[in-house]
Amino acid sequence: MKEGKITLKKILSVLLASTFAIGLLAGCGGEKKDAASADVIKIGVFEPLTGDNAAGGELELRGIKIANKLHPEVLGKKIELVIADNKSDKAEAASVAARLIEKDKVKVIIGTYGSSLAMAAGNIVKESKVPAIGTSCTNPQVTANNDYYFRACFIDPFQGTVMANYAFKNGAKKVAIIQEVSNDYAVGLAKFFREAFVKLTGDPDSIVEIANYQTGDKDFSAILTNIKAKNPDAVFAPGNFTESALLIKQARQLGLEVPFMGGDTWETQEFIDVGGVDVEGAMLSTAFDREKATTEEAKKFLEAYVEEYQGEPSALTALAYDAYLIAIDGIKRAGTTEDSVKIRDAIAATTDLETVTGKTTLDANGDAIKAAIIKTVQDGKFKYFDFVDVK
Amino acid sequence: MEFFQPILDMSGASFAQHLVNGISLGSLYAMIAIGYTMVYGILLMINFAHGDIVMMACYFAFFGITVFKIPWYLTFVGVIIATVLLGVLIERAAYRPLRTAPKNSVLISAIGASFLLENLANYLFSGRPLRFPEIEVLAQNIEIAGTQVQAISLIIPVVTIICLVILLHVVNKTKIGMSMRAVSKDYEIARVMGINIDNVISMTFAIGSILAAIGAIMWGIRYPGITPMLGVMPGLKCFIAAVIGGVGNIKGAVLGGFILGLGEILIVAFFPQLSGYRDAFAFIVLIVILFYKPTGLLGEKTTEKV
Repeated sequence: MKEGKITLKKILSVLLASTFAIGLLAGCGGEKKDAASADVIKIGVFEPLTGDNAAGGELELRGIKIANKLHPEVLGKKIELVIADNKSDKAEAASVAARLIEKDKVKVIIGTYGSSLAMAAGNIVKESKVPAIGTSCTNPQVTANNDYYFRACFIDPFQGTVMANYAFKNGAKKVAIIQEVSNDYAVGLAKFFREAFVKLTGDPDSIVEIANYQTGDKDFSAILTNIKAKNPDAVFAPGNFTESALLIKQARQLGLEVPFMGGDTWETQEFIDVGGVDVEGAMLSTAFDREKATTEEAKKFLEAYVEEYQGEPSALTALAYDAYLIAIDGIKRAGTTEDSVKIRDAIAATTDLETVTGKTTLDANGDAIKAAIIKTVQDGKFKYFDFVDVK
Repeated sequence: MEFFQPILDMSGASFAQHLVNGISLGSLYAMIAIGYTMVYGILLMINFAHGDIVMMACYFAFFGITVFKIPWYLTFVGVIIATVLLGVLIERAAYRPLRTAPKNSVLISAIGASFLLENLANYLFSGRPLRFPEIEVLAQNIEIAGTQVQAISLIIPVVTIICLVILLHVVNKTKIGMSMRAVSKDYEIARVMGINIDNVISMTFAIGSILAAIGAIMWGIRYPGITPMLGVMPGLKCFIAAVIGGVGNIKGAVLGGFILGLGEILIVAFFPQLSGYRDAFAFIVLIVILFYKPTGLLGEKTTEKV
């Protein structure tokens, strides 16, 4: 079939323009070489490199590239990264994932930043039976009912459980929740927080208020005035960093001086830029901290990162690195670079794998279970604060 | 009954706090709504770029104070001048060439101007949120009878009322105001009577932009995150405020602004369960008003001229 197509095209090209023919010949030459090289295993990198989420995608791509540099081979075969841009767009993500599997014939996919993008690719990886390892897509729906999607990070709502444990440990009895109600992430965190906190305190009234706001809201004075009247010990306010920074600012202006706790979305420079002195002391949970990164793998990662990019690696970069490690560990244990179903089974059985963010085990859903780190804002910087191991 | 429990439980201090919040938000809406209503009164078009002019004014203030370190009071004067220039420029470039074109073309040109400003800001200043410069004197907290009030929340309504009084004086007592009213009553006749329509329209945009700049500064101090999309939601809300009050009517825009601002705050204060639906409040009020009083609360009934 293929041969016939090429000759037909050749005839056409000779007829039409000689340059066109040269282009085509060069094209099929490349294709043949690829097919011949059986000593290569292809891993798809599925990240948003343009569009709204490009910043996150770029940070994760760094992690994957460093991992590839430090671990270039598995089972004696060279690992080739096929980098695909899902353009921060759900529709694009689905077709990009399909292209990785059908055209590039990748055996494992790593990515992506952004849960909705991962979900868009969910059915495709499931149906073509190619395992995918999410980097920082933390929505529970990514791995739920999908045996082929895993992730290197813990699920969003788990952070709610972590913060509830932390608040309880530090003596909070009454907590108010303010959630960005138009954001699944925030609602998930808030739900898990409420369940865990009520269970820990044994008091169904320990959540004194649940207030909602919408993405893009600027004015929080009304909900904060309500909450101030309830006198909570702390406020759990998962949400987008800009809104959260404004929220905390306005809380301080209204004289609400209790600690604010949130999720990993707060860990951006913008949160501090917008919030200024008012976000000092804000607490958040995250997966990675340089000071806490003590595994061998973490040392290698930090060294390579500094050499390549300078500065501090973000949690996203570390998680992407870990996703790569999970992938090659799976391939190693599966003992094959061809059978993606076997690779999938091996990945599903990942236990106590040493990664940058600690020891990673994948649970029945394919979600990573590991300790969480609590950070706080101090002198305009995110600082390591505490460590919560939820069993 | 549980639904109404928060009203019974509310303390006097909380209520006072809510009231201050509501009046301050309402005043901000009012300031920006005036710009919509004035342009509509004269050109019978909705200047969709108005919200984005507010956004640009915030960036001007950011660059003046944070980047170029100009004292805030001088920066504010500069911001007002720059915003007026921007407003008049948009009118010249996007609306004036379409003076004789159908109204729809101008409307679409306004949407284009709005997108242009948003994308320009995105390109020039990036989508990263910036912090509006903090001005100690205005951002400090004052405690009045156990209620924490930010100085700016008291300044906003005062400034709004001063602006309104000056504006009403300009519109009702000065020559340019008289021309504006004449143009808004009947465009063609005003032209026949020797009024320079282009000047009047430029003047209208200039006044609208002054108010947008003042509104933007106060908005920035109160809600200090600046993004290229900052103007979209306030723009919509203020447009609604203008329609509620009766589009084309300045006092109506102020009334509409206060109704929206106070309403949004009090609905959350009285019914905390509805806190996620406060944006819906504005749109529901709009629908109700359009149903029962399409000309708005203070709007005059006009008959279509043939």
